[in-house]
Amino acid sequence: MTCTSSEPSLEVIQAGPWASLQDAGRFGVRQLGVTQGGPADLYAWAWANRLLGNRWGTEAIEILLGGLQLEAQGKTWACITGADLGATLDGQPLELWQPFPLHKGQHLAFGTPRQGLRAYLAVAGGFPGLKPVLGSLACVTREHLGGHRREGQLLQQGDQLPLHESACSPPRSLPRPVIPDYKLTPELALIPGAQIRHFRGRSLFQAFNTPWQVDQRADRMGIRLTGPKLECKEQPMISEGIALGGVQVPTDGQPFVLLNDRQTIGGYPRLGTLTPLACSRLAQCAPGSKVIFQAQGLDQAQREYRSFLQNC
Amino acid sequence: MSFLPRLENAGMDTWLVRLFDSIDEANIDWIQALANQCQASFGSQLIDLVPSYTTLLVHYDCLKLSSDEARQKLLSLLQQLQPDASRNNAKLHEIPIWYDPQVGPDLPRLEQLTNLSWQQLVELHVQTVYRVFALGFAPGFAFMGKLPEALQQPRLATPRKQVAANSLGIAEQQTAIYPSISPGGWNLIGRGCTRLFDPQNQPPSLFQLGDQVRFQPISKAEFLRLGGDIEAVSL
Repeated sequence: MTCTSSEPSLEVIQAGPWASLQDAGRFGVRQLGVTQGGPADLYAWAWANRLLGNRWGTEAIEILLGGLQLEAQGKTWACITGADLGATLDGQPLELWQPFPLHKGQHLAFGTPRQGLRAYLAVAGGFPGLKPVLGSLACVTREHLGGHRREGQLLQQGDQLPLHESACSPPRSLPRPVIPDYKLTPELALIPGAQIRHFRGRSLFQAFNTPWQVDQRADRMGIRLTGPKLECKEQPMISEGIALGGVQVPTDGQPFVLLNDRQTIGGYPRLGTLTPLACSRLAQCAPGSKVIFQAQGLDQAQREYRSFLQNC
Repeated sequence: MSFLPRLENAGMDTWLVRLFDSIDEANIDWIQALANQCQASFGSQLIDLVPSYTTLLVHYDCLKLSSDEARQKLLSLLQQLQPDASRNNAKLHEIPIWYDPQVGPDLPRLEQLTNLSWQQLVELHVQTVYRVFALGFAPGFAFMGKLPEALQQPRLATPRKQVAANSLGIAEQQTAIYPSISPGGWNLIGRGCTRLFDPQNQPPSLFQLGDQVRFQPISKAEFLRLGGDIEAVSL
């Protein structure tokens, strides 16, 4: 769970509003109603690990909105990707998407969002010795599962995360990430689903030709978008399984994109499904910002995803 | 309307197999059979399965299979599909419940809606042996059906912010127990004292798809003796 003070660790000095541990997610138990969890921004999470030479799936800290302060009780390498939350090391601004050494006694602090919402902090080798729940360390607060304390707890002041002490610098010959520009209005790849034919023609036109605004109702379960009212001829439906990125349209006609901590089944018609990379980008969009849906074919989506995994 | 079963695109690495267009107890054996065959046929290429009332969601590993390969695999499984009538693994659970307005705050309202006393409603509820149609909403939350017609009532217009763990609820044709504290919109009629989900157990969920469930009414004294939580409130 946590370690004694003599062992190398990362100590939480201040927790901030929402910092949780996330590995790739919890798989193989969704038929029991257990959601997948994992990083809301898979892209940034994967690169934080990759830039340190960590294996795929290594746990990292997902930091929403900043406020987290940590002190190193040991020496390692670390990397921050994703949102610019004004991270500093001993008061000096840190470069993101770039590994840096972390020495004993150093103070790592996150401020407030400048660009994007979620940052990822990975350390070389991950946090050793933490015990997975149902095969995963992914922290899902709603289900009281996973995380460093095993029951879905967020990081709290005084927590000590075990470190893998390592003086070695990460491999240098790594591909360089394409760093997303969170200031731009993102075009989110949406794979049209089978129920798309139940939507009225005008609604379909609007779905792909109107900028959608990110609503206040946005968390790890899903993100509501507001805009013209989309009308569907069939509803409600019998509840069925929903994939990551499913774009549900409830009776109010406002799309709701289902993310990592979604309920496993739901009964609203769907416009289609955002790709995992589109979900990653959406997870960085603050309420009030705009997004655009762009239709994408299945094969193209898989090609882009494979190429992301190969490079990353 | 096109023929059933059919495959629907449900995401980059996910097919939804739609087998039926309405809820029926007989569906479960077909869906269970397809789920079992997917496990066997996809093996490590499978990431997750989500069976529900009329469908099976199949999440495969798109690094190992293209969407078309996954589709072909599913189509060939569907061609030879037989319902899993053996129910080898289906258990019959006897679940003790304390039915009382104190822990079933919607009983008085249901009395008005149905013109039956809450004792009569309880009698109806315990008469049926239910089957698990799906698991979802929360870990270990089992959707069971079908309720006797007199008990079929709509969900609450405004869901509760907090439903106490182990609360027994009814909504439309279904009944279910909330495994842990959560928001919820079902009509609450009683409370159990059985642990329904424990990640340390194998399997973690007491109820599995296709299982049969019978509810046993117990007294307050018995409920307390079995470790029932009388303090927790539904708001």
